[in-house]
Amino acid sequence: MTVGSTRIRIQWMALAIVVASLQPAFGIPAFARKYGLPCSACHEAWPMLNNFGQTFKDNGYQLGNERDAPIYQEPSYWPIMFRTTPTWHRENNNRQAVDAIPGNPTSGLVEQSVTTSGFDLNGLNVITAGTLYKNISFFVQPFIGSSSINIAQAWTRLDNLAGTHWLNLKMGKFEMDLPISQERALTLSNSGQEYYTYFFTPPGDRNPFVGLGLPQLGVELSGHNDTTRYSVAVVTDSSGGTGLPVNQAADVYANFNQSFEVPHLGRQQLGLYGFFGESPTYFQTAGGQPIAGTGQGNKSFYRVGAYGHWYIQQFDFFTFYIHGMDNVFLGNSVPSNQPQLLPIGSVGPTWNGGMFEVHYNPNPRLIFLGRYEMDRMSRQANPSIPSTLGNIDAWTLGYRWYPIMSPRAGLAWVQEYSRLTNAGQAPISGRDDVHNSYLMGFDFDF
Amino acid sequence: MRSLFCLTIAAVLGVSLLGAHASAQETHVGKLTGNAKRGKALYTRYCIFCHGPFGDGRGESAPYLDPKPRDFTKAVFKCRSTPSGSLPIDTDLYDTISRGIHASGMPSWKPLLRQERVDLVAYIKTFSSAFQEEKPGTPVEIPQEPPSSAESIQRGAELFQTMNCWSCHGKDGRGYGPSAATLTDSKGYPITPFDFTSGSRFKCGETDRDMFRDLVTGLDGTPMPSFGSAMTADQRWDVVHYIRSLSNHKEHAKPQIQQAGQ
Repeated sequence: MTVGSTRIRIQWMALAIVVASLQPAFGIPAFARKYGLPCSACHEAWPMLNNFGQTFKDNGYQLGNERDAPIYQEPSYWPIMFRTTPTWHRENNNRQAVDAIPGNPTSGLVEQSVTTSGFDLNGLNVITAGTLYKNISFFVQPFIGSSSINIAQAWTRLDNLAGTHWLNLKMGKFEMDLPISQERALTLSNSGQEYYTYFFTPPGDRNPFVGLGLPQLGVELSGHNDTTRYSVAVVTDSSGGTGLPVNQAADVYANFNQSFEVPHLGRQQLGLYGFFGESPTYFQTAGGQPIAGTGQGNKSFYRVGAYGHWYIQQFDFFTFYIHGMDNVFLGNSVPSNQPQLLPIGSVGPTWNGGMFEVHYNPNPRLIFLGRYEMDRMSRQANPSIPSTLGNIDAWTLGYRWYPIMSPRAGLAWVQEYSRLTNAGQAPISGRDDVHNSYLMGFDFDF
Repeated sequence: MRSLFCLTIAAVLGVSLLGAHASAQETHVGKLTGNAKRGKALYTRYCIFCHGPFGDGRGESAPYLDPKPRDFTKAVFKCRSTPSGSLPIDTDLYDTISRGIHASGMPSWKPLLRQERVDLVAYIKTFSSAFQEEKPGTPVEIPQEPPSSAESIQRGAELFQTMNCWSCHGKDGRGYGPSAATLTDSKGYPITPFDFTSGSRFKCGETDRDMFRDLVTGLDGTPMPSFGSAMTADQRWDVVHYIRSLSNHKEHAKPQIQQAGQ
């Protein structure tokens, strides 16, 4: 097996971790029950927030009408919701590595188109969230998978410090204030549920930072008024992993956006964001095995970009740009204490990515969506790597129909088709690797 | 020939009347003009579960809300700048949507676009024929506020007693007066007098001017009457200053005046 195929395998393992770590997006009918408002009050189409829902979230899950604190609720009220997604889906990979003779591992690997399909269940999300007291909010999201339970998010937030919306402090494990929320993505299919631009990793790169889209552990200071929002987060370099698995480095994420109203069109929003971090390139070891939390030889990386969210009446368009860079040691998977291992001519990899997502929301019970993402390597870490290796093209089409939308629960019928192309990533031939997903099913939220 | 002339006159008059009819339905807030059709779509998204599909306050969530959602078909509104018993002006409805109703299930819908809020006003007005048949009242005048002083607060305290405010709002302003338990709104639902010690915001605003205006207009549909003729303007300011003094929160420092229609 070549070094290249080993790297590809590592990348696929990383991708598998990302997909396994992604929880289905959510709406929170516990809030609907608390306030008597329908899903559509806060969601363009749940789980995607509209501006009223975003303001509610920014205010610490408070409407500000003196009905927010738990003391105003019936004693039997329990701010909890459940969500699961029974679906039927079909997956196809055009160049899967398989044994030439099934069951015979010595027969050699060949590439083959592999298709699977059937009914499935994407685990169970349990969310409890709301206010502990006036201006103290919380969010806890355990996810129950087929073989494990993990805490997807858990945080507490001190809201409106010093009586101003400009100072809110959150601590715990949370989704950073991303340009478009990964947790609230409308898509569910295997090839379409992830924003690839958030998770893009260059070929051969072994940066333990998985991507912007995963909830992170840390603190976040945020604030807003009617048109301007900011957030600055300091997070532990573990991509949300608990138990201090990496090291003591802290990364910084910042997001700023400004919205304005255009007559006859709607609200428009422009934003800038950036994530700046350092990741270890090697660990203290014992018997050759890395000791968790002892990462050393930190090297820098960053992700920066801009975005816009544009409304034209019932259409809205989200546009997103990202530029990424990893240090040469991260990009070549070389410990920084062994620089002699760097390939000749190696450099820190850089890349650019973009996304375009469009929604058509003719009424609160129906939304059509389309998304196209592309990521392009602009500089490979190792000059021997083909310039296009690792490039990604992904698109998704679908709709969500909400036959039930009440102040108590929500039910969506979903159909979706998605396609992901990884340039040069076929495990044997090095040709393009293409995944196709089709999904239909119910998205149930109570 | 004569009958043709009469028909022509009738047609012209009919068109004129229809025009007047349409004009009465138009909604304007500042430079914005409301569109009831767009407002209906927004109402369906945001309002219908409390106020109901027919605007009668019988939405799915209504049984669980206290106070009950407004019945738009009655065209009776608490928060107005117009005299008691008259229709509100468009800006009154717009301000209520934007501000919300404090201590109720009605949140502030300020996150909606200004045009969207005006469209909602346009649609809400379609639930009652009163908006076609009558004109809104003339907004009451609010004179310049004199500075608050110990004397003004003392006079206000005396008026609070003599005007029987205490019988509903209680001697300490906490809303537990002897009549409080018997009060109902215009639809017969129990209603609780406002607790003036609870914060700096009131049902229909948070400025002293808002409170002064409420004393003049009363809150239609509730037992809170108009004190427009029972008190002079100076007396109303005294009561405002006294009510402000009941607040036990630091945040009760006089807030900035919010301009209508913002």
